Amino acid sequence: MLNFLNLSQAWIAAEAPVAIVVLPLIIGALCALINKERIAWLLVLLTTLICSALSFVILREVMASGTISYGLGGWDPPLGIEYRVDGLNAPVLMLISVIGVICTLYALRSVTAEIEPKKRGPFYGAFMISFAGLLGMVVTGDAFNVFVFLEVSSISTYVLVAMGASRDRRALTAAYNYLILGSIGATFFVIGVGFLYMQTGTLNMADIALALSESGESRVTQVAFAFIVVGLGLKLAMFPLHLWLPGAYAYAPSFVTAFLAATATKAALYLLLRFVFTIFDPTADFIISALTWLLAVLGVIGMFFASFQAIFQTDARRLLAFSSVAQVGYMLLGVGIGTMAGVTAGYVHLLGHAMTKGALFLCLGAMWYQFGVTRISDFKGLGKTMPWTMGAFTVAGISLIGVPGTVGFVSKFALLTAAADKGWWWAVAAIVFTSILALVYIGRMLEAAWLQDRPQVDGVDVATREAPASMLVAMWALAIACVVFGVNATWPLELANDAASVIMGGAG
Amino acid sequence: MNSHLILRTVSKFLIPLIVVYGLYVHFHGDFGPGGGFQAGVIVAAAVVLYALIFGIDACKVAVPPSWIRIGMTVGVMLFAGTGVVTWLLGGAFFDYDVLKYDPDHPAGQHLGIICVELGVLFTVATVMVAIFYAFGSRTPDISDEDW
Amino acid sequence: MLSHIAEHYNYAVVIVLMMTGLYVVFASDNMIKKLVGLSVFQTSVFLLYITIGKVKGGIPPIIDSLHGGGHGDDNAQNITQGLQAAAGPAQGSSGAAYGGADVLYSNPLPHVLILTAIVVGVATLAVGLALVVRIREVYGTIEEAEIDKIDYRFNLEGVTPETTEATPDA
Repeated sequence: MLNFLNLSQAWIAAEAPVAIVVLPLIIGALCALINKERIAWLLVLLTTLICSALSFVILREVMASGTISYGLGGWDPPLGIEYRVDGLNAPVLMLISVIGVICTLYALRSVTAEIEPKKRGPFYGAFMISFAGLLGMVVTGDAFNVFVFLEVSSISTYVLVAMGASRDRRALTAAYNYLILGSIGATFFVIGVGFLYMQTGTLNMADIALALSESGESRVTQVAFAFIVVGLGLKLAMFPLHLWLPGAYAYAPSFVTAFLAATATKAALYLLLRFVFTIFDPTADFIISALTWLLAVLGVIGMFFASFQAIFQTDARRLLAFSSVAQVGYMLLGVGIGTMAGVTAGYVHLLGHAMTKGALFLCLGAMWYQFGVTRISDFKGLGKTMPWTMGAFTVAGISLIGVPGTVGFVSKFALLTAAADKGWWWAVAAIVFTSILALVYIGRMLEAAWLQDRPQVDGVDVATREAPASMLVAMWALAIACVVFGVNATWPLELANDAASVIMGGAG
Repeated sequence: MNSHLILRTVSKFLIPLIVVYGLYVHFHGDFGPGGGFQAGVIVAAAVVLYALIFGIDACKVAVPPSWIRIGMTVGVMLFAGTGVVTWLLGGAFFDYDVLKYDPDHPAGQHLGIICVELGVLFTVATVMVAIFYAFGSRTPDISDEDW
Repeated sequence: MLSHIAEHYNYAVVIVLMMTGLYVVFASDNMIKKLVGLSVFQTSVFLLYITIGKVKGGIPPIIDSLHGGGHGDDNAQNITQGLQAAAGPAQGSSGAAYGGADVLYSNPLPHVLILTAIVVGVATLAVGLALVVRIREVYGTIEEAEIDKIDYRFNLEGVTPETTEATPDA
């Protein structure tokens, strides 16, 4: 009975879905006590590394043998809480944990610059809990458990955003707004789950889907759908519900911004896919019309609106934040197209945009770290004073625009094809036009950085001062990923295809 | 010091009872209504009552903030640690049955839920007190004349 | 129509609370009042969940009062059955019935869920209040319009607000 430390490979593979959530939670609680920031940082780095390893194990397991189901506490799934990993969420798990590693690497120097010394331990603790919450809401197969993890990650995220106050006090109001809107979103979500529970009497996602397919749609189902879409829409910054995002991204500590931009909205988008396609019946009339008239149309409006707003920003981080809202629009459009190709395109865009936007925000953080750059007018001559950082920024920037050879092109091309196949030429036109808008807002920064001369202080050229090595490694890791997956896109496309076939039931 | 004599005396008598009642709610939680969360709030209420009657500074001597910080972590560790123990014993995470196997009586379930809820008790009680300290320390103490 | 509403008065209460809460969140300018509104809004959801768990004539779902023997005699089988029944399909707004033919239990699951949601609500409220306290310390006001005005002035003058004020001192 006492088979202590039975750490065989099979055991790890079997227990990985739980370990990946529990480990960061424990480390998060520990970090809150640790005063030595180096130790806290090492613990966090180690945890994120282990979580990435576990996520690779899970992904390989899913690729090899399909869905993994884990009943917590030995209770079988419809009764107990189930952790369920399939082709749809395994890549998102991997994305979150790998981005976690890269951001932690970067955090070493940026946290020292941005957070007061005595708050650094708790800061890492809050990061770990947010990380665990994101992983938890992706891995779980229980609708109410999603709400719990959603709130775990959100509440610690509010704290993380507010920690930016030592750099800019507007972080406090940004965090407050995020808290109000985020809580409303989560509460809407839980109301929706409540209606689903009324309808079906179960909280297990697979069980709900089964019960719904047996009972057919009723008005309760429709109400639940509406609440869940609005709640998740708030969390993923769907166009008219995005008001919390620019402030939160602009004033949070730079490492938090990069992590959030790359993971938080993506996890919420995954949940939207999970609920719309696998829990509700995507062939029902009200869902098809919601996809077409709500998600796709709002996605396109958001693409235009947020891109235009991005063009007129003066603050670089706000600009990229509005660009994030626009990019969410692309993903929603892909989901709204509703075909296999559309969902695949949206999913690739989810993965690709996480890398791209993560790299961009990491570069901006390094620029602030060295020169205090926040405004676009400060970009003058940055290509000469920080060539490597600006190089990574440029690579990620052209990926954001969607130049061939980058991951941004792969996903936009897939999206264009999907929209054209569906016959939505207006969507094709919108994608091309907003890509030109992206060229304008990214181009402004690139032009200032590369074509203008070095800035002068008291008549002397500012010397070249490159970002610290740990930051450069982090941002280049993401920038290179943008190019590698852009040139050889088979792997992300394969992942996305698997994900789409999970929710489309394998049919084209 | 002589003001509120009745309040001080009564609460001195009541506070230990409140804590004991909290522990009762916890340890009886697997048979009837109750559990770690309710117990934690009751225990925290005892501390808050102490602070209201004797002042927050006296309370910080009795229950130091450093304990509070440790208590939060200890709670999480107890909670997650129970799960880790079930892992080490070869079960699924939180599979309490492996803690103590008994074919016709769910002894493991009782044991497991008590341990987990003890973690909840620690965390809830300390977090509640921490929140109280965080807000209470920022305002000046109410002077005796303001009562 | 009216009798229909009267029969489902719990939903009416929930809707009124929900709308009141949302209205307060959106309409008030004071940050504390907004948090109050948020709490009312969340409370309405607690009520929604709890009322759907109540079964007319149902007794509290404590299983060992039925199976006799008092403490400790319940076995895992009974507990599992109880949960199974509780989690089983509940039609409409009713909860679940368990215990053979004669005993009707209310559904305990929504209570457990709401206990979790209450904890989440408390945590949100605590973080929100802590933020408001900090905002009051930094800006000297908790009215959103005034804070916007202060921030706008900073933006216009192009002055970075005291960023250096709080930089690390060690």
